[in-house]
Amino acid sequence: MSKKVLACIDASPYAQAVCDYAVWAAKKLTVAMSVVHVLDNSKTVQTDFSGSIGLGSQEVLLAQLAELDAQHGKLALQRGRIMLDAAKARAEEAGITAVDERLRHGELVDTLAELENDTRLLVLGKRGFSSADAHGHIGLHIERVIRTLHKPILLTQQNYTEPKSIMLAFDGSATALKGLEMLAASPLGKGLPVHLVMAGASTAATKAHMDAAAGILRNAGFDTTVAIVGGEPETVLHQYQQDHNIDLLVMGAYGHSRIRQFIVGSTTTAMISKAKCSLLILR
Amino acid sequence: MFLSYLKQHWLSNLRGDILSAMVVALALIPEAIAFSIIAGVDPKVGLYASFAICVIIAFAGARPGMISAATGAMALLMITLVKQHGLEYLLAATLLTGVIQIIFGLFKLGDLMRFVSRSVVTGFVNALAILIFMAQLPELSGTYGTVTVYGMTALGLAIIYLFPYVTKKIPSPLVCIVVLTAIAVYFGLDIRTVADMGELPDSLPVFLWPDVPLNLETLQIIFPYALALAVVGILESLMTATIVDDFTDTSSDKNRECVGQGIANIGSGLIGGMAGCAMIGQSVINVKSGGRTRLSALLAGSLLLLMVVFLDEWVGMIPMAALVAVMIMVSIGTFSWSSVKDLGKNPKSSSVVMIATVIVVVFTHNLAYGVLVGVLLSALFFANKVGQILYIGSTLSADGHQRTYNVVGQVFFSSSEQFIAAFDFKDAVEKVTIDVSKAHFWDITAISSLDKVMLKFRREGTEVELLGLNEASATLVDKFAVHNQPDAVEKLIGH
Repeated sequence: MSKKVLACIDASPYAQAVCDYAVWAAKKLTVAMSVVHVLDNSKTVQTDFSGSIGLGSQEVLLAQLAELDAQHGKLALQRGRIMLDAAKARAEEAGITAVDERLRHGELVDTLAELENDTRLLVLGKRGFSSADAHGHIGLHIERVIRTLHKPILLTQQNYTEPKSIMLAFDGSATALKGLEMLAASPLGKGLPVHLVMAGASTAATKAHMDAAAGILRNAGFDTTVAIVGGEPETVLHQYQQDHNIDLLVMGAYGHSRIRQFIVGSTTTAMISKAKCSLLILR
Repeated sequence: MFLSYLKQHWLSNLRGDILSAMVVALALIPEAIAFSIIAGVDPKVGLYASFAICVIIAFAGARPGMISAATGAMALLMITLVKQHGLEYLLAATLLTGVIQIIFGLFKLGDLMRFVSRSVVTGFVNALAILIFMAQLPELSGTYGTVTVYGMTALGLAIIYLFPYVTKKIPSPLVCIVVLTAIAVYFGLDIRTVADMGELPDSLPVFLWPDVPLNLETLQIIFPYALALAVVGILESLMTATIVDDFTDTSSDKNRECVGQGIANIGSGLIGGMAGCAMIGQSVINVKSGGRTRLSALLAGSLLLLMVVFLDEWVGMIPMAALVAVMIMVSIGTFSWSSVKDLGKNPKSSSVVMIATVIVVVFTHNLAYGVLVGVLLSALFFANKVGQILYIGSTLSADGHQRTYNVVGQVFFSSSEQFIAAFDFKDAVEKVTIDVSKAHFWDITAISSLDKVMLKFRREGTEVELLGLNEASATLVDKFAVHNQPDAVEKLIGH
């Protein structure tokens, strides 16, 4: 089975954009697309504080809980199916044939990990249903998804704009270089102008580094602009992105351990939460 | 990352968890006191244990929504240790129990639970209920068994079971305790109270190392107790975890639960508490009251300690009759009612296993023995059943000089007699062919039976030819790596 673009949707306002970006990526990569919705098995809770248990309490309680869950489960199943059908119709209208639907029970992260082997690229909204309105924050599951999966992930904005230019955040690290090579080799960004941007002081060494990196991109046929901007990465990179009206930010993710992140915080998380455009996260 | 863990495992069901924690804490107090009395120690030992285990399990356990504390099953195993050697040895045994349970978990012995059949689990649960009930009888007999005590206990039970019809917003066991205490104090009834049973905690627990000599002799005394405690604790905890798994339609890591129970017992022993494990009745109450995450266990344990420490004078006034009523409720609620209803419907062998487990436990007061007997009986019944899957037919050749035996089915220790008996050695033929290609020889008993059959035929002067032994003996090896290869399984079963 060939690998697919996996569009992960839920009931949040991101669903349409996710679908559109997945269509765009599937066309670029010329692979099939599948839409996934994960039914979170959060169970219903009833309340009876009588605290007394009598003959057959266990059996009665189990029967009650199962009945409640059964009702909710059926509803969720129907809703999920409708959502997937809508996304499929949208993708097919946009010219993608053979979109398959996957409705799965379980935790989002675990489910995506199970599907990982069939995945070429995962498309996901920046925030899910549970935190759709928490602007400036990243969704509940995003970080775990990024840390767990070893596939490129496209985190979308709420509104779709077809990417016209790409910005690659480059810090000279091995992770970033690998990401750059992936981008150079991938058909996803072919034909789009690339801005290779580094946050930091402009020295002879960094310049040489950047030129070498730009060389790789130019060899792969990308129209490459190089820029080194001084300042805090999160701020200046976003400034650059807005100044040059860039639609897609490409970056490596979570190059550091969790322990370091706990103490100094993560650049990746900060970048995702502040970005005003879609991001392509490379692992 | 940490925040999302916190959100998911602790704060996802805030309202339900806080309210259920209160219900559970209130129900834990009488139980902890009652179980301390069973074990023969001061109520504070059980209360500290319930606090420590409940709180530690909230972090270390693998099954959110399950409540662990001082339990009756464990208390029953400590009685002689406390009587003969005293509290300090009990604390040492508690620490050792924790260590053994952690080792169980690390060596993944939780997986052995798959050998404990449904019938054994039901028998265990029923036996536990009967033991908890029997432990209440001393309070109702002898010099304590006055009409007043009977009346109070009956009133308590009536409140517990009838009050929910008035409102389900207040825990009825709490109402029972408050009402009965008020009556006893108001009328100045001369009945036993919790204060008569021993010392209640008046302060927060402190860290203490058991005051026992650290030598081989101590180990010899405590090890048998610790081993039994560890086994029973793990059994009850894993059974309870399965019940909560069913309630919440989620799964939990049983080996991690073993380690968690071990850590909790070590923590309990270090602050002067007795060993404990998961509680079936309390976990049912917790889930019923809406508790789902780790938070409910943490809060229940903390509330329990706060209530007892700050209300110790009030707690001391609670009449024992009220506790007896609550414990009778727990015992009734723990009992698996459907197992009695289905007694006629289930196969006889399962019913025998269940009842045997109950009887052994009730007579030995040790749940571990009951489970051992139950598991052995289930295995024997199973062997017997599978042994019946054996067919041996024979055909005589046209000229009457040759006979061919066809062996189909399972040959092993249980069916080897039947296997030998199926051959007719008196039949005087020149040649016998035994085709075993559709049979399985599971052990060396089967192989030696086959040898015996061939030898007997030879001694009668008959020539013996054996067909298909290679296929039949493929099952002799101890491990088949076929579970993930459908064609391999088919080959093995159907060849």
